[in-house]
Amino acid sequence: MFKELSILAVVVAFSLLTYWLVEPFAHSQMHAHIETKHFKYTDLPAITKTGNAVAGKELVMGAGACTGCHSIETAGMPAMMPAVDAAASYGVNPPDLSTAGALYDANFLVAMIKNPAHATNLDHKYPADGSKMHPMVAFYGAGGDMDQEVADMVAYLQSIAPKAEEVTPKVAFENACGRCHSMRYKNWTPIGEKGKFKYKKDELRFDASVLDYQDYVVKYMGKLPPDLSMYYRSRGEHFLETFIEDPQSHLKGTAMPRVGVTAESAEKVVEYLRDAADPKHAEREETGKNVMIYMIFFVLFAFLWKKEIWKKLH
Amino acid sequence: MEKTSRRGFMGKAFGAVAAVGGVASLVAMKQTWDPLPSVKAAGFTEVDLSTVEANCLVVEKWRGKPIFILKKTAEMVAKQDEAQTARDVIVDGTHYMIAIGLCTHLGCIPAYADKKEIFQCACHGGEFDSSGLDIKAPPPSPLVIPPFNVKGQTVMLGEEGPEYKKMKEAGILA
Amino acid sequence: MAHFTKATSVKDWLNQRLAIEKVEKVMASEYWIPKNINFLWAMGMVLAITFGLLLVSGIFLLMYYQPNVETAFDSVNYTIMQEVGYGWLWRHVHAVAASVVFLIIYIHMLTGIYYGSYKKGREMIWISGMLLFVAFSAEAFSGYMLPWGQMSYWAGMVITNLFSAGSLELNGVVEWIRGDYVPGQAFLTRFFMLHVLLVPLAILALIGVHFAALRIPHVNNQDGEDIDFDVEAKKYLAGDTKGSKVIRFANDFMSKDMFVVSIFLVFFFYLVFWNYGFAMDPVNFDPADGLKTPAHIYPEWYFLWSYEILRPFSKDVGLIAFAFAQVIFVLLPFLDRSPNVKTANKRGLFGIWFWLLVIDMIVLTAMGKLPPQGIYSTIGFVAAIGFIGLWVILPFITAIEKKV
Repeated sequence: MFKELSILAVVVAFSLLTYWLVEPFAHSQMHAHIETKHFKYTDLPAITKTGNAVAGKELVMGAGACTGCHSIETAGMPAMMPAVDAAASYGVNPPDLSTAGALYDANFLVAMIKNPAHATNLDHKYPADGSKMHPMVAFYGAGGDMDQEVADMVAYLQSIAPKAEEVTPKVAFENACGRCHSMRYKNWTPIGEKGKFKYKKDELRFDASVLDYQDYVVKYMGKLPPDLSMYYRSRGEHFLETFIEDPQSHLKGTAMPRVGVTAESAEKVVEYLRDAADPKHAEREETGKNVMIYMIFFVLFAFLWKKEIWKKLH
Repeated sequence: MEKTSRRGFMGKAFGAVAAVGGVASLVAMKQTWDPLPSVKAAGFTEVDLSTVEANCLVVEKWRGKPIFILKKTAEMVAKQDEAQTARDVIVDGTHYMIAIGLCTHLGCIPAYADKKEIFQCACHGGEFDSSGLDIKAPPPSPLVIPPFNVKGQTVMLGEEGPEYKKMKEAGILA
Repeated sequence: MAHFTKATSVKDWLNQRLAIEKVEKVMASEYWIPKNINFLWAMGMVLAITFGLLLVSGIFLLMYYQPNVETAFDSVNYTIMQEVGYGWLWRHVHAVAASVVFLIIYIHMLTGIYYGSYKKGREMIWISGMLLFVAFSAEAFSGYMLPWGQMSYWAGMVITNLFSAGSLELNGVVEWIRGDYVPGQAFLTRFFMLHVLLVPLAILALIGVHFAALRIPHVNNQDGEDIDFDVEAKKYLAGDTKGSKVIRFANDFMSKDMFVVSIFLVFFFYLVFWNYGFAMDPVNFDPADGLKTPAHIYPEWYFLWSYEILRPFSKDVGLIAFAFAQVIFVLLPFLDRSPNVKTANKRGLFGIWFWLLVIDMIVLTAMGKLPPQGIYSTIGFVAAIGFIGLWVILPFITAIEKKV
């Protein structure tokens, strides 16, 4: 018995050593470890003024301000043109601002309004010399104290947004990621959800619009942003979190903007990605537990049978 | 005795006839594994050189393989030695590198580092210069130059043009 | 013409036609196994059970898998993993079993080497076993192509390129194997055929040969003792089961096997439900893209040691070293010149050789996965040279071994 256990110890030790070398150790050598900064965006200046939502409304709705390009569905400002046309004009469909106040970090929104290229961490793509301009025009002020005005605008966006806990993972994903990325396991395309079609030609028309839209995005981004259906399993939770927080940290020079989501929204985005890639995780846990309980009996009875047979042999 | 030897002979004869049939069927089996005519025929890609930017790698697809097209700047050409220039495709005085973008070691796609003006392979660390010559092992040979035919400002991949044939004779395709 | 009488029972009826009692005796109750063995002798049964798990899970995967370059990825990752009832279970079982089966094969192989179970009439057991290893490798590789993810595609590209034989540049052979210039539809469908039909048939046949090869020389034991099976069997049948050096295959040996199997299954299901990442590489959850090489290309862990023997050398030398690594284990019974059938630890230099081999293969395995840079390249090179060196000196150190 002791001999068998010593042999087992040797076999297990060598197996575990091999496992440790090819899995945890090798992966730690292959991929840089990036620490999350908990979605604090400390490189951006913090809001200094207290915003006034009423004043902010004037500014947001004002001529030449946000609603010149963005829709705000909940405030009765529908999209002015189909997503494909918007992409033709701006490179990508500008986001609807109904939920922006809940999804995105306030300091990020302030920075975004003032200097979109800098807020999204794309200074390398849109250099300060102005040789290439970010499609979102920076807000140059309405004549008063600019910091106050921007704080007011953010206050207005927060006032019309649903409470953070009311934002669903689906909405978080669609607004923050889904205008560039598709997610076919959720029927999501960058121009919206692909529904059911009665006629084949209607479906083909829809597909053609998606392709048109993607052509514009390719022009804007340099390459087609990947479908994210399986990203939860191909990248893992930690990678996704840190990548969403700052794409540059993993992929220096990437054209993907930092989207500025709050920690809570990022969690929802990741939850949605998990739901697309691994919806059976709960069933797997449950089945696993039951199988293990069964295995206790299996081992026990196997042991008792062996004992009975070997009584006459020893 | 006579009977057994006879049976032995006929047995061997039958074996030989069966073997001929077996070998003949191998011909059919071998051909079934061959690439299909449609796969072989789908092999001509036209590339427009007039829109290519200097020192900015363009990747085209030809027979499922990536084709690297690199327009060289005047400085790059000035630095080159003879062996490098011999591999250039010259159209209206402008030098281009045209090569199959698969590392000659085990077929990965090297990435172009435009600052260093070299290709680096992520798989096993091989490197090629801007003419596709191998400058760091393990790749044993330069990037392969695909059959091409220059027609004005366009290049037809898959056709053997005069420039390609000249390179072939000089033995510098790979 | 055989003589048939009116059957007295169903068993008798079957006995007259199939001789089931005799078969049962030959295959189980009077198939004698030495008593002096440990749990490592149960690895054969563990392998048989794992093969069974692969077969059953494979059958269910086959019901929804689509061998088409457009739909293969989604048929696995969406249809099977998300829609089919318990489809995810079959896939996890299949993937984990395919990986774990190699762990058990390596333990089984090293057990054979350690106890000298390839000598004195047991050569065919070893050779058929190594052929099974080759067949399982082909099965694993062809199966790895089927989800058509990034690792499938690029592993397929790299491995089929090996058939160009280095400087011989046999590109025609590579294209012939693929049925295309690059891995494509023809490639996927033919590897699907190999995976679900041709290679499994070969495996089943080889398992038959492997079992048959055990009958005449019998199973080895912990001390390499030359047991007279006829005498010991008589002792057992006469009632001296405690004194006899042999036991019945069933149920004596079987009951111990099944206990070991039960422990193995606990470990196996733990991996299936909670720790499957090592067998289902994350990179393969990205769909195949012929224009984008993954940052790191590495085979599954069980191929890493031979991959690392290929890697540190120049192209042609690397291929020769790789080919050497593939065939050298088969020749073990002939390279070991010593007549001793004993545990490695009692065989002097051979004992040192054995543990060096184990450590060298683990080092190769680790370096095969790590990026080939700096110190890892150097260690990999040394380990690859070490592997070849170990096999070159084997005939010499075993020739001077004293008889024990």
